[in-house]
Amino acid sequence: MTQTPHISVQHLNVHIGAQHILKDININIPDKKVTSIIGPSGCGKTTLLKSFNRLWDNTADVKITGKVLVDNEDIYAPNAEVTHIRKKMGLLSQRPYPLPMSIYDNVAYGPRIHGIRKKQVLDELVEEQLKATGLWNEVKDRLNASATRLSIGQQQRLCLARGLAVGPEIILGDESTSALDPVSTAIIEDLFISLKEKYSIVLVTHILRQARRVSDYIIFVYMGKIIEFGPTEEVLLNPKEELTKEYVKGYIS
Amino acid sequence: MNFRLLKDKILSKLMLVFTLASVSLLVIIGIGLYYKSIPIIHRLSWGELITSSIWKPLKGLFGFFPFIMGTLWVTAIAIIIALPLCLLTALYIVEYAPVRVKRILTPFVNLLSGIPPVIFGVWGVLFIIPLIQIYIAPHFVEFSTGYSVLAGGIVLAVMIFPLIVSIISEVLRTIPQELKDASLSLGATKWETIKKVILRKALPGIIAAAVLAISRAFGETIAVLMVCGNNAVVPHSVFDPGYPLPALIANNYGEMLSIPLYDSALMFAALLLFIIILLFNIISRVILARLERKLAA
Repeated sequence: MTQTPHISVQHLNVHIGAQHILKDININIPDKKVTSIIGPSGCGKTTLLKSFNRLWDNTADVKITGKVLVDNEDIYAPNAEVTHIRKKMGLLSQRPYPLPMSIYDNVAYGPRIHGIRKKQVLDELVEEQLKATGLWNEVKDRLNASATRLSIGQQQRLCLARGLAVGPEIILGDESTSALDPVSTAIIEDLFISLKEKYSIVLVTHILRQARRVSDYIIFVYMGKIIEFGPTEEVLLNPKEELTKEYVKGYIS
Repeated sequence: MNFRLLKDKILSKLMLVFTLASVSLLVIIGIGLYYKSIPIIHRLSWGELITSSIWKPLKGLFGFFPFIMGTLWVTAIAIIIALPLCLLTALYIVEYAPVRVKRILTPFVNLLSGIPPVIFGVWGVLFIIPLIQIYIAPHFVEFSTGYSVLAGGIVLAVMIFPLIVSIISEVLRTIPQELKDASLSLGATKWETIKKVILRKALPGIIAAAVLAISRAFGETIAVLMVCGNNAVVPHSVFDPGYPLPALIANNYGEMLSIPLYDSALMFAALLLFIIILLFNIISRVILARLERKLAA
């Protein structure tokens, strides 16, 4: 890869309890591209994704060694500040989890935490992000209604807007469409494609069709190891490794 | 008819009967207390019984206002002390404590609920009373024996502590990790997440815990009567003695029944306590339902 990587993972090992979940992971996530992590259930996809923004910090029994460099800064270094790291990344989880507050407050939550108090600035930010996720026209008349009143597809877009509002550089998606209907899924997928102009995007998915449609690069993970990494078409249509071939054909899942 | 289906039907009916039986117990107790209170209600009116502060059974004067106020003071002090402490304890146990600490702390908290009330009473007399009399009260009032509604409140607070902590902990545990992660991944600190997301989500549960604890506190008898002075006057400060309704009943039932209407007066005290707890529960249920609707809206 010629361009500079946005996230660089070096010798990452993750143990949860006695289990060795991720084994010596080395990978460079390209800047301003969509990279999909694929692999069978339980292979460590989500573990890898969550280690990018240190979401394991609060879980007992998790031991992490190795380096994850974001913008050449090791996020696991002793002096790394976790809130600063997380602000750089928006996370979109499997199911939408709107915060227990209004639509407006959900989007304004992050900016407020990071010190933005002026109503006018917040108003603009909320409008901008709701427009970016295509939600503005659907909710502009009920910004003060509870976010839980939205449909699940709308909630997921709200969660995306909420993540974008803190001005991240990276978007992490953890099977973000698995709870959505086909129409909402298509909307989210299109959003990912359009958002890669400004953000580096890393997705975990088990839907190969989605990986093919959305991503530029694919990482295939199996049993806690990276088996293959490369441009989407190459990995899916012309895999080098036997395991990848079998997975893509559907022999292992 | 199929035997298995019949069995199912019979069992469900049986359970209905038992449920109704236990629910009707509440009604029966209420009616029983009212029936026993009729003599005194006929002599003196409801209004007089509730609002009068004069308690002179020998002269036939039964004013329950001091006892009602005594009950309210002690319970209010207990919940004001206990709720913040319990909330922070539960937050620590669920959100902050390492697994090992959690394993040690939880049984300790539960152990507190297994200690008999009379031991809390003795502890109050030996420890809390001198503490108030010698160290706390002199800063605020000229004289206090230490036997006061404050002492009752403190002892009661310790007694309802395990109940509130365990309910709030349960409520906090039901909040999905993904919701916390959503807040954390936006760069919020743990405390910001607790304050703005977790507590907000848990608010109805926290109120429900407080309601349950207050209902229990209203009726707590032995430990409270040992430390709160049992003086039939309306308390005007936390250092004044008080005389809660359960203490009145426990102290006097079975004695002095030769005094006319005394028996009926004590039954009326029980009826009052019953009504206070009932009203309190109804009102807090209404508030809770409104709050849940508001949070969902």
